[in-house]
Amino acid sequence: MAGPKFPGFDTLALHAGQSPDPATGSRAVPIYQTTSYVFRDTAHAASLFNMERAGHVYSRISNPTVAVLEERIAALEGGVGAIATASGQAALHLAVATLMDAGSHVVASSALYGGSHNLLGYTLKRFGIETTFVSPRNPEDFHKAIKPNTRLLFGETLGNPGLDVLDIPAVSKIAHDAGLPLLVDATFTTPFLMKPFELGADLIYHSATKFLGGHGVAIGGVLVDSGRFDWEKSGKFPQLTAPYAGFHNMDFEEESGTRAFLLRARREGLRDFGACMAPMTAFQILQGVETLHLRMPRHVESTRKVVGFLSSNSFVEKILYPEIPSHPDHELAKKLLPKGCGAVFSFDIKGGREAGRKFIESLRVFSHLANVGDAKSLVIHPATTTHYRMSDEDLKKAGIGPGTIRLSIGLEDPDDLIADLERSLKAAK
Amino acid sequence: MSGAAFAYTATHEFDPARRTVAFVHGAGLDHSWWGLQSRYFGYHGFNVLAVDLPAHGRSEGPALTSVGDMADWVKKLLDEKKIKTASLVGHSMGSLIALEFAARYPDSAEKIALIGTAYPMKVGEAFLDAARRNDQAAYDMETIWGHAAQVPFSGNPNPGMWMYGDTLARLARLAPGVLHADLNACNAYAGGMEAAAKVKCPVLFVLGARDMMTPPRAAQDLIKAIPGARAVTASLSGHSLMAEAPDATLDALIGFLG
Repeated sequence: MAGPKFPGFDTLALHAGQSPDPATGSRAVPIYQTTSYVFRDTAHAASLFNMERAGHVYSRISNPTVAVLEERIAALEGGVGAIATASGQAALHLAVATLMDAGSHVVASSALYGGSHNLLGYTLKRFGIETTFVSPRNPEDFHKAIKPNTRLLFGETLGNPGLDVLDIPAVSKIAHDAGLPLLVDATFTTPFLMKPFELGADLIYHSATKFLGGHGVAIGGVLVDSGRFDWEKSGKFPQLTAPYAGFHNMDFEEESGTRAFLLRARREGLRDFGACMAPMTAFQILQGVETLHLRMPRHVESTRKVVGFLSSNSFVEKILYPEIPSHPDHELAKKLLPKGCGAVFSFDIKGGREAGRKFIESLRVFSHLANVGDAKSLVIHPATTTHYRMSDEDLKKAGIGPGTIRLSIGLEDPDDLIADLERSLKAAK
Repeated sequence: MSGAAFAYTATHEFDPARRTVAFVHGAGLDHSWWGLQSRYFGYHGFNVLAVDLPAHGRSEGPALTSVGDMADWVKKLLDEKKIKTASLVGHSMGSLIALEFAARYPDSAEKIALIGTAYPMKVGEAFLDAARRNDQAAYDMETIWGHAAQVPFSGNPNPGMWMYGDTLARLARLAPGVLHADLNACNAYAGGMEAAAKVKCPVLFVLGARDMMTPPRAAQDLIKAIPGARAVTASLSGHSLMAEAPDATLDALIGFLG
């Protein structure tokens, strides 16, 4: 007898987390544009505050529209739940602030989005949280960098901008052997192309601004917990396993087991840092999530065509896309990313910085801006924009040269994209 | 008792002047499944013991293999804590434990609430076999059949949480063999009617109208066998009433125990 089946990805992308609105029957997710919620009586109010009843109190902590997005992303990732945040950066900060105090240490991949590098390398350092950056190409470097005060290993599923593929099975084993969780930024892959929890990651976050939304109209982030990491067994996280005076002496792990991390992140992190998502933003991102399974294959298909064109162009020096056999992570990508390596990649143009400038300024269909994962195709020169605060040495470590161009392939006719690139490459010569 | 036993107390010290409610979880689960309900009673004048049965949650193993042994284990736990009488609230397998406890120790059972229950609590051979092999299919069956069919297409009352994911994550923490021991204990339990005849205390049934594991019709013989038993049905809930219908479940318990 065949066993019961879980709903498929496409169905969850459209339905998870939402019933037709009980008040109106609205099929679309209603935008609950409210700060707060009327209590039935004083006993109900007290029960909500003391977590004896589930429900909404104040939209900084939770909101019905935002909750639909949170539950939907958790369903697509296979997690226990999620917290939507004001941005992807807020999600990273929420994860770190929930798990560690001053004196803690992170081991992170060196191939990160520039903003994440800034947060870990400079800003959190001011608050006593140190980070050691290591090459994602050598998982053993994560092991070597672990110290007694390390509390987190972190990397991007596809590194920015060199598309380094994080060996999640290997790095998560290193993390777990040391009693530590692995957090991954899965923005470039989305749950459609990769399921990091199935590979061993414990926590995932997305910049929902990118492919999840896909329309470039809303900034947001989502932090998802697998619920599989045993905080009690690790013994390194009193934040989750010891009574917390800041919340009625609650021991979050004892109270809620698999939900401990999200419970503290929501009840402390959103309460105190306040980087919550607005209901309208959640609604807008949900519109994108509903078609994620249709958009991602097209993004990948068009990217393959564009990469194919660039591979045969004599003015292109190097292409960093893991589906190309010359990419250092090609074999790993075949294993971890069988559905494709996403729609963001970089290449080096001959002629360095000046050729790069001419190329970008000649493009007509591609938009020159600081974003990726839009339905529209985008281009940027990392050395002068997203990664401009990084030293030359750090740039080199991250695989960025003076002529490196990053493209994000959208949903236009790929022939038009190729024509735009061909014309602009000629102009840059 | 062999091995360390854990019970959640809602951060309160035991007060002999208060009545006690013991919550007993179902197959493969643990005390935190009762999060909202146990916390409520802990903060509203009751001593709370939300137990982790041996080999579940924070309690050491090995897993017990019969409902009778589990009922005896709960009695020993209460004895160790010098609790003479308690109300037992049991879910699924825990409801059979509560029933058997009330039959074996009538002087210790103040009231029993049986949530998501059925008698007999037969488990399909395919489910048992998958659990015997520690196959992921068993955890999937427990997760899918353990919730109403509409759960993946509706919102969780607990904002931002994915009910399927939560259940799967709990089951992933189980040691091999534990789910099978639990399911087998439910399947093999044959003392329900005999126990029902011995129950002296008030009994409440809380059932989920959309329960696929223990549908309300499968509890009717037991309800009829206990004179004076009350039954409440949550119209939209499946088997996981504490998560799917937390307020309806809590309100039923408040009305019964309060």
